[in-house]
This record gives sequence, C-alpha cells and structure tokens, in this order.
Amino acid sequence: MTRSEPLLVAFCCYWCAYAAADLAGGMRLSYPPNVRVVEVPCSGRVEPELILRALNEGADGVMVAGCLEGDCHYQRGNLRARRRVERLRRLLEELGVEPERVEMFNLSAAMGPRFAQIVAEMTERLRGLPPRKFQAVEEAGA
Amino acid sequence: MIVAQAKPFPELAQMLQDARRVLVAGCGGCVAVCQAGGEQEARILAEAIRLWAGEQGRPMEARAVVVPRQCEPEWAQSLGPAMDEADVVVSLGCGVGVGFLAEVRPGMRVLPGLNTSFGGGTVSPGVFEERCRMCGDCVLGRTGGICPVARCAKNLWNGPCGGSADGRCEVDPQVSCAWHQIAQRLTARGETGFLEEIAPPKDWSTAGDGGPRRIVREDLAS
Repeated sequence: MTRSEPLLVAFCCYWCAYAAADLAGGMRLSYPPNVRVVEVPCSGRVEPELILRALNEGADGVMVAGCLEGDCHYQRGNLRARRRVERLRRLLEELGVEPERVEMFNLSAAMGPRFAQIVAEMTERLRGLPPRKFQAVEEAGA
Repeated sequence: MIVAQAKPFPELAQMLQDARRVLVAGCGGCVAVCQAGGEQEARILAEAIRLWAGEQGRPMEARAVVVPRQCEPEWAQSLGPAMDEADVVVSLGCGVGVGFLAEVRPGMRVLPGLNTSFGGGTVSPGVFEERCRMCGDCVLGRTGGICPVARCAKNLWNGPCGGSADGRCEVDPQVSCAWHQIAQRLTARGETGFLEEIAPPKDWSTAGDGGPRRIVREDLAS
C-alpha cells in the first residue's frame, strides 16, 4: 500500500497539546492535513502498545505530545512518556523500523503555532523516509 | 519474586524466523510485578512481532493472552486451545512457565521471551536486586537478614574476605560487602556471637545437586 502523503498519528495530552492543536485551528494556522489527533488524558497514558499498534495499522509516524517539563498536570506523566518513547525507539531499531518515525514533544496550551510547526516538521521528516511496508490489520485479542 | 527481563528482540527474531502464527503468553505472577512478562508486556511484544514481520514483508499473526500464573498446571492447560491455533508460542513466564507450557503441548515449540534472572525484589521503581539464591537451607536468622549466599560475591561462609574495603566489595565498588553489612547489623543488635564462631562448610546438597529439587507435602498431596 502506498499513499501520497504520510499518515501521522499525534497522541495529544488533554491539558496542553490538544488545546494547542485547538488553538492552532482557532488561529486559522495552516498545517498538513495528514495528522490524526488522538486526545489522551496525559502523555503518560500513551503505552508503547498504542504506538506500535498505530504503526501496525498504517501510521507512517507517531508523535506523543505532552506538557512542558515541570508542568505535567499529573506531575511526572510527561517525563515517564519521554522515557517510554526513548525505550521504544531502541526497540524499533531492533524491529527494523526507523526510530525517527516516533518522537516525543513538549508544549503548552498556548503554543498553537508550535503545534502547527511540529506537525509540519514531522510530516517533512516522514516524507524523507522510505515508504512503510505494513501488514493488514489483524485483531489481536488478549 | 522471580525477577526476569526481556530477551533482546534479535535473539527472539532468530527463533521466530519460520513462524506464521505466534501466541505470546503472558503471566500474571512475578514477571508481571517486575514488568517483564505481564499482560501489558505480552501485548507490546505481540504488536512488536507483527511490526517486525510486516517490515520483513511476510506478515505474521501474533496474539497476546495472559493467565494468572503459568506455573500452575490448571492455568497452563487453560492455554491449550489458544496454543492449538498458533504454530509457535512465546512464553513471557519465567523458566518455570516456559517449561509448564511446553508440557501442555510437547509437540509445539515454546520459546522463552524472557531471561529469568534471580530471586529478588524492587529496591526503588525500576530497580530490582537479588536477595535469594534459593539454596534450600536458609541462614538469614543467624546473619541479621542479610544473605551471604546471594549477596556475597564469593558466597563466603566466614566473611568478610580481604577484598572488603570501606564496606564495599572488591568485585565492584558499587556493591556493598554483605559481610560488612552482616557484621554491622549484628554488632548494633549486640549479637556478635555468630561472628566469633568459625562456621563449618555449608551443606550445599540442598542447593541443586542431584537433579531437580522436589518437595512432597503429604498433608497437601492428593
């Protein structure tokens, strides 16, 4: 399967990045339309399984966006998220997937322009990578 | 608890080369507590296997299941039907769990997804330390609760050795000298008697020689 534009999944914290995405829209800022924003209660909610699943189901890249360091509504969720993303990137390398497809960002609810800029940067980065080979979606029960 | 850690993925990938349908079996016991082989880790590994296989251009099914403890025959057997739908099983149990699952379906390949490491506990979040080597003849009552078998690099019975300096072990300055700790604790308690005795050689016959150890409790046996 190929597509003209890379698909980017953005897990955005309710307290900051999701509001920043909202603000970017409210400010009428233009950013690539290939991003799918998923609201999460905290970036610390984003388990590695969710990122891997997004990649398995067709995402070309995943960004996790949490509050600025020191500003987490739950104190340390964003710090944990960053460490999990770093660990997952090492696993991705072992799986044969470019680790730069996954990235953690920190921003505040007031940083609408920064959100638009990050989406544009990630999209540009993904465009520069070879197209992904991924399998059809299989339901993984537990 | 039994502390384990994930095998490096390339090692697992090597064993999964010919697989088509993989069952990743998590365990809700010790390995879930040390976050190496519980439900969450099983789901992550199943997704990782699918991603790895997809990147290689040969899609693979990978499904995650979990039972409360793989080291109980009933729970291990409950995985039988799910195992029948797979051609390879990756057990995220400790070595005991892998062995029990292999007994459920002796004709199937059951692979270890973890390296079973030691009997230990969590000393701070994400840090696990060995505390017991399961030697079968516990001496903690005499050594102030500090185990010379598990925590002395030489398993010394009359320590400390000459390599102990400033309370640190000569094998690694990060490691505390177990015998230094034992001496300090017993001295603080005013129980120095044991330290002044020459302990006879430890009876290692309970520690694993002579084949797998077995305990039979007549009051529990069926």
